[in-house]
Amino acid sequence: MSNTFFLDGLEIPFREGQTVLEAVLSAGRYIPHLCWRPQLGPHSSCRLCTVIISGRPFSSCTQPAMKGQQVECDTSELQDLRRAVLQMIFVEGNHYCPSCEESGNCRLQAMAYHLGLQDNHFPQQFPIRERDSSHPDVNMDRDRCIRCEICVRASRYLDGKNVFGIHGRGIKSKLAVNAPSGLLKDTDVAAEDQAVTMCPTGCLTVKRVGFKVPIGERIFDKETIVSVALEEFRDQEAAHG
Amino acid sequence: MAEKLKVATCSLAGCFGCHMSLLDLDERFLDLLELVEFDRSPINDLKDIRQPVDLGLIEGGVCNADNVHVLREFRKMCKVLVAVGECATTGGIPSMRNSFTLKQCLEESYIRGAGVEFAHVPDDPEIPLLLNKVRPLHHIVKIDYFLPGCPPSADAFWYFLTALIAGRDPSLPPALIRFD
Repeated sequence: MSNTFFLDGLEIPFREGQTVLEAVLSAGRYIPHLCWRPQLGPHSSCRLCTVIISGRPFSSCTQPAMKGQQVECDTSELQDLRRAVLQMIFVEGNHYCPSCEESGNCRLQAMAYHLGLQDNHFPQQFPIRERDSSHPDVNMDRDRCIRCEICVRASRYLDGKNVFGIHGRGIKSKLAVNAPSGLLKDTDVAAEDQAVTMCPTGCLTVKRVGFKVPIGERIFDKETIVSVALEEFRDQEAAHG
Repeated sequence: MAEKLKVATCSLAGCFGCHMSLLDLDERFLDLLELVEFDRSPINDLKDIRQPVDLGLIEGGVCNADNVHVLREFRKMCKVLVAVGECATTGGIPSMRNSFTLKQCLEESYIRGAGVEFAHVPDDPEIPLLLNKVRPLHHIVKIDYFLPGCPPSADAFWYFLTALIAGRDPSLPPALIRFD
């Protein structure tokens, strides 16, 4: 008998070693996620990919797929939970979508559209965070950082540079730059680095290209985060199997 | 014909863009007028709510003492109160000043700003006192619905208002939810 489990009652095949999330994406289905990317693997910090297996919550990006598992994903309880998580991410930072040059290309925003988020529910925290515009080509606006550590991991594992890190704990944690001055200008980060291009929000942006593509004609103005994630996953599988 | 729904609207710390977008309903605005009648609103220039109304639409966040007063008045007079647009929902662009102290903001504008002459911070008693931070509406009163967008598109207004008037769930479909 082949290896399969059930996602909301739908039979999903999997290969040995795949996580629940990978198997679901392989099958062309979707589980919401923000801190996971096919090139980087699990981080399990955003909690959006939480599913219920045998009555218990698991992050599907870390949970190995197992034969016969009953995975609940698209339930109103879990979608409410995901919206609450997303609302907390929004109020913890300063996400001014109308003036952000990443608007329309931002995965946090696209996820909010996907989950039908119309308000932030919780009190806005309005944290005071430092910006870093010292680098000639890369801008860092910590207001928009969601601490998914995609830049931290991409810099280490894809760019081979180790430019970023996370400093502090809990709500006080912040994106740190690995240089004695703490400034981007004193690192070897470059505009083409995956750490920069993979940032899901407008925290790390490339200078002098802002608004080259007008609002309304950007990635998530035309596509949903679901189709983009599935396409990226297919590309990664085609490239690396 | 059923009695028309009474609607009041106002702009607090906003730019009137949401009201402009409401006017973007174009000919559908005439259809809307078959269903609602406006009490206080910039559309008819009435400055006070004359009687309790069914629906209040508020654009903009809360940046000064007068905004707080108007918002509380709306909450008292409106059966259903809606935060319209990004500023009402999150504080929006005006809340970018929250990264600085009020003193820093006033000095930057009125003392050290480029081209400032006769530098002094305006202190006429008629000018409402600024709050130390700009806040979204739900920090101050209970908000029943949120209509996101900067501004919400005319289609979003139309979907939301017609659903609410007809007694349907006015939650927007994903295609109409935009934060920019």
